Amino acid sequence: MKANVWTGRNHLEVRDVPDPQILNARDAIVRVTSTAICGSDLHLVDGYIPTVKKGDVLGHEFMGEVVEVGSGVRDLRPGDRVVVPFPIACGACFACEDGLYSVCENSNPNAGMAEKLMGHAPAGIFGYSHMLGGFPGGQAEYARVPFADVGPIKIEDDLPDEKVLFLSDIFPTGFMGAEMCDIKPGQTIAIWGAGPVGQLAAASAFLLGADRVIVIDRFPYRLRRAQRTGAEILNYEEVKVLDALRDMTGGRGPDACIDAVGMEAHHPTPAMYAYDRGKQAARMETDRPYVLREAIMACRNGGVVSVIGVYGGFVDKFPMGAFMNRSLTIRTGQCHVQRYTGPLLDRIRAGEIDPSFVISHRMPLSEAPRAFELFKNKQDECNKVVLTP
Amino acid sequence: MTDKFARALGWTSLALGTAQLVAPRAVTRLCGVDDAPGATTVARLVGGRELLHAALLLGAKDPAQWAWTRVAGDTMDLGVLGRAAANRTGTRRTRALCALGAVAGISAIDAVCARRGTAKAKGPLKVHASITINKPREEVYRFWRELENLPSFMVHLDSVRSLGQGRSRWKAKGPVVDLEWEAEIIDERVGDLIAWRSVPGTGVSTAGLVSFTDGPGGRGTVVDVSLEYGMHGRELAAAVARMCGEHPEQQIRDDLRRFKQVMETGEVVRSEGSPEGHRALRQLRQRPAQPIGGRA
Repeated sequence: MKANVWTGRNHLEVRDVPDPQILNARDAIVRVTSTAICGSDLHLVDGYIPTVKKGDVLGHEFMGEVVEVGSGVRDLRPGDRVVVPFPIACGACFACEDGLYSVCENSNPNAGMAEKLMGHAPAGIFGYSHMLGGFPGGQAEYARVPFADVGPIKIEDDLPDEKVLFLSDIFPTGFMGAEMCDIKPGQTIAIWGAGPVGQLAAASAFLLGADRVIVIDRFPYRLRRAQRTGAEILNYEEVKVLDALRDMTGGRGPDACIDAVGMEAHHPTPAMYAYDRGKQAARMETDRPYVLREAIMACRNGGVVSVIGVYGGFVDKFPMGAFMNRSLTIRTGQCHVQRYTGPLLDRIRAGEIDPSFVISHRMPLSEAPRAFELFKNKQDECNKVVLTP
Repeated sequence: MTDKFARALGWTSLALGTAQLVAPRAVTRLCGVDDAPGATTVARLVGGRELLHAALLLGAKDPAQWAWTRVAGDTMDLGVLGRAAANRTGTRRTRALCALGAVAGISAIDAVCARRGTAKAKGPLKVHASITINKPREEVYRFWRELENLPSFMVHLDSVRSLGQGRSRWKAKGPVVDLEWEAEIIDERVGDLIAWRSVPGTGVSTAGLVSFTDGPGGRGTVVDVSLEYGMHGRELAAAVARMCGEHPEQQIRDDLRRFKQVMETGEVVRSEGSPEGHRALRQLRQRPAQPIGGRA
C-alpha cells in the first residue's frame, strides 16, 4: 500500500510499504477514506519531537471502512464506517475508566522510553514517535487500529467524511480546550493560534456559552477564518497583545486563555525570537514557550490557562511567579478524544456545528509531501488539508 | 556512611587539584621539590588527575568504589615523593618526608573507603518494582501463582514448569547457554504473598517476593515485587541485562507493565515499532513505525 513516510527532518515521501496486519486480538484494519494533516505533524516533521525514526508512517487524523477485525473485537465488523480517535486507549485501566483516554496505562508498548523523559508514560498515539508507542499513522491506504472495540466511533448515517473526520482530533481538541476554561455567562476567552484547532476552540467556546472570544495570530487569512466563528481578532505583529487584551476587558484580562499553538510559537520581536530559537537549535530547550508566557501574563487573576498546543520537552523562563501569585490554574492534556466523539457527533448531526469549515485544500494522498509544504509555509492560504488515498 | 566519606574524599581531591593547578609553585615548595626542573608541570598534571578523582567521587551514584582511583594515584605520589626525599638533604628533605607521611596516611584512608565500596558493590543485587492493576486481588494473585503463566509477561523466561509441592523448574535464555534452575516456594499466604528462592546448588542463586494488597479507594490491586540475586544469581541478572540491554530494575518494571496489560486487556500490547511488546532492547532499537509485512 501507499503511505506517507518520514524520511528525515523536513523530508517526506509517499512510498510503498507492506499492508498492515492484525497483531493483537482486539485490532481492526481500516481502509482509510479520508485523512488530514495536523499542525502537530509539523513539530514532528521539523524534528522537534524526540524518537521519530526514518521510515515512520505519519498521520493521526483518519477515518475509513473496517475491512478486517481480530478475534477479540465484537462490536465492529467489516464494512462499518468509523472515525478513529488519535490516542490509543484500552478502555480497561484506571485512566480509561476515569475518561482520561490519552493517558491510557496499557496502550504504549514503549512506556519505558516515555518514562525517562516524562516521569510517567502517556498513551500510544498513531504516527507520533516511538516514545508514544511506535504505531504507524493513518496517512496511508490502510491502518491497523488497536483496541478497535474502544476507540473508533461508527458513523451509521450518510454524513459525509468531511463533516465527521475531525472527530478524530481537532474538533474534540478544540472543544476540550474550551471546556477546560469552565466558561460561565459573560466571560471572555482569549485564544492564541488561529489555526484549525484555534478556530474550532473559538466555535466551541461559543457553543459552551462564552460571551466574547478573542483570537490572536499573525496570518490575516487565518484571522479572517477565525472571525467567521464570531470571534474578535488581534494580529500580534500589529498590536501589543497584553495591552490590547487589557483594553478589551476593562483592565481585568481574559477570564481564560487557550494556548492552541504549542512548542513552535513565534514572537514579533526579533531578539526575543532569536533567544529561544537559538536555544532550541542548540538543544538547550526543546520548546519555544512565547504563547504560554504571554497567556499566563494576560490571564485575569484566578483565571484558567488551557493548554492544548503540543509541547515536547522543556521550556525556559516559565513565569512561575505570575502563575503562583495570581492564583492561576493551568489545565492541559492531549485530548481525551474518546470522551467527546459521541456528544460531538450528536452536535454535528443536530446541525449545531459543521467542523468542515476549516478545510482549505483537498488533495490526493500521493501529494502529501506537497500538501505539507503548503501547510507548513502557509502558502496558498492553506488552513487545513484533507488527503484522500 | 561509606558513600558520605567517599564524597568527602572527592571534595579533598577537588581542593587539592585546584590548588595544584592554580598555585603549582606553592605546592612544589611545600613538598620540597621546587628545585627540580619541570616540577610545576608535574604538579599541574597531578592536579589534573586529582580533578578526575573528584569528578568520579562527586559524580558517581555509588562513589565509594571509585576511591580505588585515588589509591592508584596515592601509590604514584608515594613513589615520586620517596625518590625526591632520597635525593635531597636539609629542609627540602624534611619537607618531602612530611609530604610522604601525609600521603601515606591518606592512602590508608582511601584504601579503607575503596574496600568498603567494593564490598558493598559485591553484595546481593536487590531490585524492587511496583504496579497497580485494575483487577480484584484474588484474580491477580491466582494468575501469578500459576507459575507457568510467568513467561507470558517475563520476557527473559523461556518456561516455568511446576514440579508439585511448591517446587518448579525455570528456564531462561542466556547470552551463550540457556540457564536452568529449580526454585521452591518458601512462604505463601493465599491472596497476599508468594516468596520463592532457587534451590541451593541448582545453578543460580536468586530469591523473590511478590505481595498483593488492595489498592486504596477500590483501586484494584497493588503488586510489589522484590528480587534478589546472590553471587551466582548476579550472573543471571547480568545475562538478562546483556541480552535485553537494560538494568534489572528496568527489566522488572517492564515485566510488571506486561503483567498489567495481560491482566487488564488480555494480552501483551504490540506496536509495529516494537512488535514483541515492551522490551528494552526493542525500545533502544525500534523498527520503523510501518507495517511489518509477511506474516507475524
